[in-house]
Amino acid sequence: MSNNPLNHSLSSAPTKPKRTIKIGSIAAKGYLGLIYALLYLPILVLVVMSFNQSKIGYNWGGFSLKWYESLFNNQAMLDAFWHSIVLGLVAATVSTLIGTLTALALHRYKFRGKGLLNGLLFVLMMSPEIVLAISLLALFLLIGLQLGFVSLLLAHITFCLPFVVITVFARLSSLDERLLEAARDLGANESTMVRTVLIPVILPAVMAGWLLAFTLSLDDVVVSTFVTGPSYEILPLRIYSMVRVGLKPEVNAIGTLLLVASLVLVIISQLLLRRR
Amino acid sequence: MARNSLGSKSPFRTATLWLIWGWLLIFALLPNILVIAVSFLTPDSSAFISLPVSIDSYVRMLDPLYFEVFVHSLWMASITTVICLLLGYPFAWLVSKAKVRWQPLLMMLLILPFWTNSLVRTYALKLLFANNGLINKSLLAIGVIDAPIDILYTQGAVIAGLTYLLFPFMVLPLYAVFTDLRNDMLLASQDLGASKTQTFWHVVLPLTTPGIISGVLLVLLPAMGMFYVADILGGSRNLLVGNIIKNQFLDARDWPFGAAASVLLTLAMAVLLLAYRASSRRIGKTDFNEVA
Repeated sequence: MSNNPLNHSLSSAPTKPKRTIKIGSIAAKGYLGLIYALLYLPILVLVVMSFNQSKIGYNWGGFSLKWYESLFNNQAMLDAFWHSIVLGLVAATVSTLIGTLTALALHRYKFRGKGLLNGLLFVLMMSPEIVLAISLLALFLLIGLQLGFVSLLLAHITFCLPFVVITVFARLSSLDERLLEAARDLGANESTMVRTVLIPVILPAVMAGWLLAFTLSLDDVVVSTFVTGPSYEILPLRIYSMVRVGLKPEVNAIGTLLLVASLVLVIISQLLLRRR
Repeated sequence: MARNSLGSKSPFRTATLWLIWGWLLIFALLPNILVIAVSFLTPDSSAFISLPVSIDSYVRMLDPLYFEVFVHSLWMASITTVICLLLGYPFAWLVSKAKVRWQPLLMMLLILPFWTNSLVRTYALKLLFANNGLINKSLLAIGVIDAPIDILYTQGAVIAGLTYLLFPFMVLPLYAVFTDLRNDMLLASQDLGASKTQTFWHVVLPLTTPGIISGVLLVLLPAMGMFYVADILGGSRNLLVGNIIKNQFLDARDWPFGAAASVLLTLAMAVLLLAYRASSRRIGKTDFNEVA
């Protein structure tokens, strides 16, 4: 599905022979190159600036790690960082659990309202974040839930859920039914079959789903802005409050660290999905 | 497939279905119903909302004060969508025509930034756009301008920021429809005497319309909601619908009004989803997953 670009790029590689462009090939490469350059230029500038000695930010004053140093001495930032990690770990784990079960149910069970369930997941994924954000805030206040860790957790699980479902579901769709039949023919009972065939087959997708959920949780600003409480400040909101008031070199440093962390997670999840 | 594995009437099945339905009904369906309900209530300073039921919030959106912000937000989001489409359409086509073994890498490079913190990337743009930022410095250095031009806190900065963040979402569905576009269709069209232009308008464009619509869906609506982009790059005069919703909910505490704005966004999403379905039916696809 459209919102899961990672799957997409992997599953849609065509098998039919493709013509490569001959005429205008240089122009084509130039165009692609330009777009990629534009996509990566801001990131590059941010990373370079994070090592900049100069306080003003725009002038290069020599290489320095001082913004990283001041980052590690900033207690509010460190607290927010740990809060985000804890939230991400729990949200990713729960959403992976529910999401995997959902994918299994959608793939293997026939039940009434399956279309509606599919539709709910689809709409949940397509909804603008801000719509989801205020609807969850309305719910939490209606049921009298104290805004803080629990409200953040419930919200994060909810927006991660569809991403996990389609990641695992895509893997299940490509699963060869004959594998399961073979296991059964060879005398495996249900639990053995699930343990020895089904779980090993979907495990990479489950892990990839977990990593994506963790990344989404770590990066979310919109939903968290609404459902957060004063007792539990998370990193993206800490950063948001810093960048609103101006340029902060510390943000370059934490931004660079976050970029590196996200890239590592995405690359691991891609490798997991690619392995057959 | 479903019949024999994992048991069709097992407690496991029952528990799983209860869990999923429970979660989605409580955290996806119910909250949306609540927002619709809230949008028809009256704001109240102590309890956020109160009776009587009214359509006052919807009427108030026509108030010039807000209406202008809505129009301006829609304008910026639309321009963003058009730019993403104009840049993304050839981009997706070129990627789909690249050597097959390069395509996963090219797509991967496109979406890598998507998985990195969008707030941080918005902030990175600020480093480029500032008066003494990279763009102004480069332009000054090569002598195109004599004095720094204002980029930050303009409408253009917001549009550039939204385009930067949302571009991959336009390309993904377009790439999917282009890889589905069969070469023999194009050859058939040319064999039947159609020119390149005719082939584009009568074959390529209709067949890629579902991709265009889902790209628009994935860019236009988020572009109206990403309040932090307007906050960081746009200053106080370039607000998005998202800023209004946030402001009404978190600062002004006028819930019904914020909810009404959100209902409008949801309606816009519904319209686009229906258009998408209609266009993919027309080319013989009924499943969202096939194209989206």
